[in-house]
Amino acid sequence: MAQIFAYIIHKDGVADDSALELAVAAQAIDPSASVTAIVCGSGIDAVCTEAAASYKEVWKIDSADLAYPNAEVVRKALVNILPKGAVILLPHNTFGMDLGPGLSVKLDTAYVADVVGVEGTDGNNLKLIRQEYSGMVSTHVNADISGGAVITIRGGAFQPDESKGAGGSVTDKSGDAGDLGSKRRFLEVVEAEVGDVDITKSEVLVSVGRGIEDQDNLEIVEELAKAMGADVSCSRPIVDAKWLEKSRQVGTSGQTVSPKVYLACGISGSFQHMGGIKGAPFIVAINKNPKSPIFQLADVGIVADILEFLPELTEAVEG
Amino acid sequence: MNILVCVKRVPDTSENEIEVNSSGSDIERDDLVYSVNEWDNYAVEEAIQIRDKVGGKVTVITVGDDESEEILRREMAMGADEGILLSDDAFEGSDGKGLATILKAEIEKGSYDLIMTGAQADGGAAQVGGMLAAMLDMPYASLVNKIEVLDDSKIKVGREIEGGNQEMNEIDLPCVLSIQTGINEPRYVGIRGIRKVASLDIPVHGAGDLSIDAASVGEAAAKVKRLDYFVPDMGEGAEILEGSTEEIIEKLIEMLKAKGGLK
Repeated sequence: MAQIFAYIIHKDGVADDSALELAVAAQAIDPSASVTAIVCGSGIDAVCTEAAASYKEVWKIDSADLAYPNAEVVRKALVNILPKGAVILLPHNTFGMDLGPGLSVKLDTAYVADVVGVEGTDGNNLKLIRQEYSGMVSTHVNADISGGAVITIRGGAFQPDESKGAGGSVTDKSGDAGDLGSKRRFLEVVEAEVGDVDITKSEVLVSVGRGIEDQDNLEIVEELAKAMGADVSCSRPIVDAKWLEKSRQVGTSGQTVSPKVYLACGISGSFQHMGGIKGAPFIVAINKNPKSPIFQLADVGIVADILEFLPELTEAVEG
Repeated sequence: MNILVCVKRVPDTSENEIEVNSSGSDIERDDLVYSVNEWDNYAVEEAIQIRDKVGGKVTVITVGDDESEEILRREMAMGADEGILLSDDAFEGSDGKGLATILKAEIEKGSYDLIMTGAQADGGAAQVGGMLAAMLDMPYASLVNKIEVLDDSKIKVGREIEGGNQEMNEIDLPCVLSIQTGINEPRYVGIRGIRKVASLDIPVHGAGDLSIDAASVGEAAAKVKRLDYFVPDMGEGAEILEGSTEEIIEKLIEMLKAKGGLK
């Protein structure tokens, strides 16, 4: 088995949750493998020390050119530093998606994106689980890893190992990074606009998705929220259609919320959406499709058309 | 600006329930409604808007069978100037790299300033754009939700990153971008628009036309192969409330009160 590497995402000197999840995913791929964490950035000693608590080995790539994690620049460094045939794990987030496909081409390895499970390794064949069609079906895939692999791992798919007993050592590989000039230059991060309601502070959310069908129907959601004393949030399609402000969107590309109660109305429950719900709220799903993935994720489900059900619920709540 | 947009014909998940067939070898394809991949449609709209602003040409391209021609024609009805269909039995079973290899061969026959894909398609891997860029040695940005043309040699792009934030980058042309939904509002295409482009010629290029070694694409070359489809056992899932609507609402209100969802 090849050497396994885990790419550590970090921000403001702290490693991302994915750092501990990738260590567990690596174990699932090969329990006997030595797993090396890779930390790229500028002024990253604290992150390296943190990573060494969970990984036996940490490779540090410290350069002013890596001050902001631009995937094009990181890829150049990794191509120069990684050994041939390595298996590289990345989180399946906006950085991993930016880096992974091109990295696999430059290293001439297999690429498997958004992995949710590991079935096992048989020689050069690695059997993995992923999903297609917005999570409506799952698939087993076989990756030929004889020449290595780049694999992105879905957030939350592996329970993080919090034991932090690795006692690892940090090796400085910065000198091997090579030329880090790029045709893509980072300019700035534009922070999300703050909306009229801060849904991250809401205790009860009535959240609406594609099942609402038409902008005019939003009224029935607003009426229910008003009757319940809740705030209105939504899934991505509603923001894409410009029916609600971006600040109302729950999900990895929107807000992370932690209400007590979450009413998912006409929402299918993609992992990007569910990734924005933290703190184990009581989730009620109302969806007319009994096979919708949301029914696997909710506490309570109601198979109904929200256009008919919500007005009746509002009436009952109002008494 | 000469813009190429890579598109794909996919089962429309908002119109269909996707189910696994009895043997698990595929999804149930009978009676599926197909359409252009949603992300690709945003990419085509963006390309048309850029062309209308700075001039140039928009070409839409797909790898697929004869039936994929209909989505090229749909995007031409939207306003794309030309369509190209890449089709060959040798392409079947290609993995992401196989698809990128096929697209690269066609792209190298032309001269494009900007190449776009949708951020992802039905397989959810979000991989072809990034692979294509690396093969062409062009810079790449994924999940793009804003494009501003600065001059003939560079553009400014916004990438959607976590938390609703936007990462701004400057990129040299030519480059490859993967486009996120919500970047614009794709225009409506009516049946009349599609009729207007019905007689336009869409060239079909195979492995021979593209000088592609058949062994470098298709199932044999794929390092990643799908073995089966299945529906995972996710445990019990939600407690489904049954009964008349009144009964369901009564139960629900009781639960909401207990969980703090109602005062």
